[in-house]
Amino acid sequence: MRPLTDEETKTMFEKLSKYIGENIKLLIDRPDGTYCFRLHNDRVYYMSEKILKLATNISRDKLVSVGTCFGKFTKTQKFRLHITALDFLAPYAKFKVWVKPGSEQSFLYGNHIMKSGLGRITENTSQYQGVVVYSMSDVPLGFGVAAKTTQECRKVDPMAIVVFHQADIGEYIRSEDTLT
Amino acid sequence: MGRKLDPSMRVKRGPGRKARKQKGAETELSKFLVDDEGPKKLSSRGRKRAVKRTQVTKKPKQEEKHQKGFSDENSEWLKPAQRKRKIEECEEDEDSDSQWEEEDDDDVVKDLDHKGMAKDIDDDDDEEMVDDYGADEGDEQDSDGEELLPIEKAARKQKKQTSMKPDSDDDDDDDEEEEKKDLKEDEEEEDTVQANIDETEQFKLPAAADRAKEGLLLMDLQTIHQRIKDNVDVLSHFSEKREEGKERSEYLSLLRSDLCTYYSYNPFLISKLMDLFSLSELIDFLEANEIHRPVTIRTNTLKTRRRDLAQALINRGVNLDPLGKWSKTGLVIYDSSVPIGATPEYLAGQYMLQGASSFLPVMALSPQEGESVLDMSAAPGGKTTYMAQLMRNTGMIVANDANAERLKSVVGNIHRLGVTNAVICNYDGRQFPKVMGGFDRVLLDAPCSGTGVISKDPAVKTNKDEADILRSAHLQKELILSAIDSVNADSSTGGYLVYSTCSIMVEENEWVVDYALKKRNVKLVPAGLDFGKEGFTRFKERRFHPSLKLSRRFYPHSHNMDGFFVAKLKKLSNTIPTAVKETENEEESTKMETAASSEQIQKPESKEQKPASTKAKSNMGKKLKLKQNKSGTPIITKKAGVKSENKKSDGPKKAKIAKLDGKTSKKVEKPVKKQKVKELNGDSTKEVVKEKKKGSQFEKKNIMKKKNLKKRMGKNKFKKLKNILGQDESGQ
Repeated sequence: MRPLTDEETKTMFEKLSKYIGENIKLLIDRPDGTYCFRLHNDRVYYMSEKILKLATNISRDKLVSVGTCFGKFTKTQKFRLHITALDFLAPYAKFKVWVKPGSEQSFLYGNHIMKSGLGRITENTSQYQGVVVYSMSDVPLGFGVAAKTTQECRKVDPMAIVVFHQADIGEYIRSEDTLT
Repeated sequence: MGRKLDPSMRVKRGPGRKARKQKGAETELSKFLVDDEGPKKLSSRGRKRAVKRTQVTKKPKQEEKHQKGFSDENSEWLKPAQRKRKIEECEEDEDSDSQWEEEDDDDVVKDLDHKGMAKDIDDDDDEEMVDDYGADEGDEQDSDGEELLPIEKAARKQKKQTSMKPDSDDDDDDDEEEEKKDLKEDEEEEDTVQANIDETEQFKLPAAADRAKEGLLLMDLQTIHQRIKDNVDVLSHFSEKREEGKERSEYLSLLRSDLCTYYSYNPFLISKLMDLFSLSELIDFLEANEIHRPVTIRTNTLKTRRRDLAQALINRGVNLDPLGKWSKTGLVIYDSSVPIGATPEYLAGQYMLQGASSFLPVMALSPQEGESVLDMSAAPGGKTTYMAQLMRNTGMIVANDANAERLKSVVGNIHRLGVTNAVICNYDGRQFPKVMGGFDRVLLDAPCSGTGVISKDPAVKTNKDEADILRSAHLQKELILSAIDSVNADSSTGGYLVYSTCSIMVEENEWVVDYALKKRNVKLVPAGLDFGKEGFTRFKERRFHPSLKLSRRFYPHSHNMDGFFVAKLKKLSNTIPTAVKETENEEESTKMETAASSEQIQKPESKEQKPASTKAKSNMGKKLKLKQNKSGTPIITKKAGVKSENKKSDGPKKAKIAKLDGKTSKKVEKPVKKQKVKELNGDSTKEVVKEKKKGSQFEKKNIMKKKNLKKRMGKNKFKKLKNILGQDESGQ
């Protein structure tokens, strides 16, 4: 387990800020203690300092996971955000999309969201903006990228894709193995 | 055009053919059912029949031939099929109206056994077939002397006949009829004050030859089941119902083999279960293992409330109820129109699918906020996440499992349920004190034979044998010792270990806990679970510590949850008792002094020479390792800020001193001595303060401690350590 290098930190924060903007500092300075990011086996883990201390006792090959996994760095050093980070993205999300109950299941299977399934969308969403997807009962379902701006969403036909799927909670069942 | 119906010209019609036939049940019954006991009044047909019965058997053959036999050369062996319905033949007779299918009834009632009856039926082919519900089988007294409806009487007779089945199946077919007739006669003769007619038939043990034959014959399950029931009945009222000359063991062995066949267990497991349960309970247990326990879920209070979750699930079409008074987060699912493991609420981490019995060890452990907890056998993560929600994501949980594949599900569950204070690692549980120690609480849900969850995994019925159970028990003993060593006894809020298994075997439960009680300074405390059976304090030839009755056992047939065992232990001291109990007091006093002196020297070096002591550890055998290790075992490898070290190494010495002298005065002397020794090493001030504090602490503990704290070291070992110490001092 090692701290992130500057470059890695930059890449990761860039990705995160797409979804939560400048609220990243809220992730680090929390009222209940300092939290930090650490890298282990190409995955980024978010944990409090107390747990960090404990985890250093465990040998590298035996350590499986610490705190919460946010995502991983691919072989080409791109950062990919995992669904496991949803709990931290959702409260700080800047742009949100609500999905109608009928298309909830479709999104949970990994499909993109079409205009017909779109319930609500925050104003001034720019194109290719990172968004967090919610159900109508305000349960976070995952996140994605807006395919159209809010204005365009109003005009476009019902079969057009409005949100590209990136991660959804259905992955806990579909791809359990990739979580570790 | 059709004929016009002229109402005025309608012809009055009297009772027709069909009207004649349907007279009503009472009229028909009255023809053959008599209330009195007197000899039956036979009709003309009946008399004819009686005559026929007394005649020679040749006659029936002739009659048959005459009526329906085949006229060709096959007539001898080729018999015409029995026609079930004979309505056409009896039109002429007066009684033909009331013809029912006696044969039909007989087949249903009497089975293969009643070939005698069948013969009679053949005779009376063209005769009337009157349905007497089997009433002419023999006269029977009304047991209570009450007026019974004729149909009830007939039903009783029928019952009697069916209860004859278990015996007759065992005997040869040839003997069936005769036996049956004998029994009938007996029934008629004996005084019938019987509340339950089924008991009139004595359960006969089949002879050994018959049983061997059974192995080749395929017996149907119905008969085996009936036999089991009868056998259990006999065994529970053995003195009244036993057969003369048959031993109890014979009945038991028959029961054992029947249970194995009927429920598909291997004989070893059945014998074990017979030792554990009384016979009626055993049947309940086996039956309960055939059906699944109800599906239960646990609300994740980190994300939602039980009320809200229940509402959301009901809206999806799930039929559920709160689990019980004992749980505030459990829900039991009766049925569901959606897969309960794939609802959006499940994916959002609002609940976890978990068996009801798995709630229990965590409830017993009750981790508090801010504590450090270890879960040694964590997969698939249900208990770990429950602990995290009880701790409200504060403190720290280490979830460990030896199986890397199953750890993936732990990771998944932890992330899904939003647990942030967990570290997941993949060690063998037995290595644990070395990796990390000093936990406030430890949960050990040990891997076991799984005899409590047979309903989930029926393969356990056949693939477990003596070796498997003992192997599990051995592993569990090692694990429980490691778990105990990982607990910090001096924790301000904790010092508890919960040991649980999903097995009902005594070897894996009480025996393991008893072993731990002998080997470590721990004691059993109440688990805080107010339901469940108490653990055994003795079983067959084994005797356990009386406090074992604080542990709890759960069974599928009595609590409707998977079989489980939970025991909560409190660690009293971080020291490890080194010698065997028997030689307690005598040897102590003689060897104390030598031990104490060697200890003094050993102590300072043990503090600084952890690598040396670990080396020593590896050289020596396990037992000695423990002796050496007592000061070093529960210690985290980090030296910074670990003041508990001092406490631990002071402990045995203090205790020894107390035992040696029994006086407080000398205690004062000894610490002075110790101080001197420590001053050499240059960390005196802290020690002095600590020692004084510890004196009082350990006095209390010594009262509780009854274990021997003898510390023995071999001569060579002592020399070695002395040398090491010498080197170190010179190094300084």
